[in-house]
Amino acid sequence: MSTHGLKTLPAYVTGLILSLLLTLAAFGLIAAHLYKPEYIQNMSVAAIYITIAVLALIQLIVQVACFLRLNASAEGKWELMPFIFTLLIVAILVSGSLWIMYNLNYNMMH
Amino acid sequence: MSTHEHHDHHQQETDSRLVFGFWLYIMSDCLIFASLFAAFAVLHNATFDGFSVKQFTDLPYVLTETLFLLASSFTYGMAILSLYKNNRNKVITWLIITFLLGLCFVALEVNEFTHLIGEGHGPDSSAAMSSFFTLVGTHGFHVSMGLFWMLVMIIQLFVFNTSDAVKRRLTYLGLFWAFLDIVWIFVFSIVYLMGAI
Repeated sequence: MSTHGLKTLPAYVTGLILSLLLTLAAFGLIAAHLYKPEYIQNMSVAAIYITIAVLALIQLIVQVACFLRLNASAEGKWELMPFIFTLLIVAILVSGSLWIMYNLNYNMMH
Repeated sequence: MSTHEHHDHHQQETDSRLVFGFWLYIMSDCLIFASLFAAFAVLHNATFDGFSVKQFTDLPYVLTETLFLLASSFTYGMAILSLYKNNRNKVITWLIITFLLGLCFVALEVNEFTHLIGEGHGPDSSAAMSSFFTLVGTHGFHVSMGLFWMLVMIIQLFVFNTSDAVKRRLTYLGLFWAFLDIVWIFVFSIVYLMGAI
């Protein structure tokens, strides 16, 4: 048995259904924004960006919990800690690149 | 404790240590994707000829790709559950279904890429398209390697049955496959959905 939680059928089915709903919600939101903005009360572009990002993050958690079966048990911590560390590095890498490149761009133009 | 139980206990400890090593590889692969996402985020407006993701995003097409990959993640899970029961033929059947679903995903992506390149919007047309092809292409390449690996595992199941080594390799492939589906969540959300706004 691996240190990942045991895979079970209910976990996979839950993961599949939730991922499906989150995916359809994200695609539906963009489709509504492009073709029927009145359906979503002409939601602002900023609000749409945030909603898509939140839906993606929820789906990340769903798939990590249901498909990868990552958990915070004593055994699971061995895998959880490098995972959290990686998330930190990813956040620094992506936000840092955007921040620096935005500033460089701004200073070139002004 | 019988010798057999002792062997099992020892095997489990070795397995969990080896799986941890593979987990670290997956985490380092995350960083490759993070760099490519950062590059795409910085360059997606550098379109040069005004041709961006917005012009070619076809929502139903991307949704179909997404559903193929999500379904394949689920069917791989079914293969793992059959593996717990040592039901070799069921494992092979589920792996073949997973392989076909993954193959449909890769075929759709290759089709999209050939169309774009054919219309003169290849990776050489602008910085935005370069970063698009590198990010989506790297993911597609990973999926293709996963498919090749799956074929190798199907052959191993025929030859070695559900031995400890085969079980461990299928656990690795399971982590890899679930990881690729997770990366795809961000590809469709950031590249296609946010690109289409």
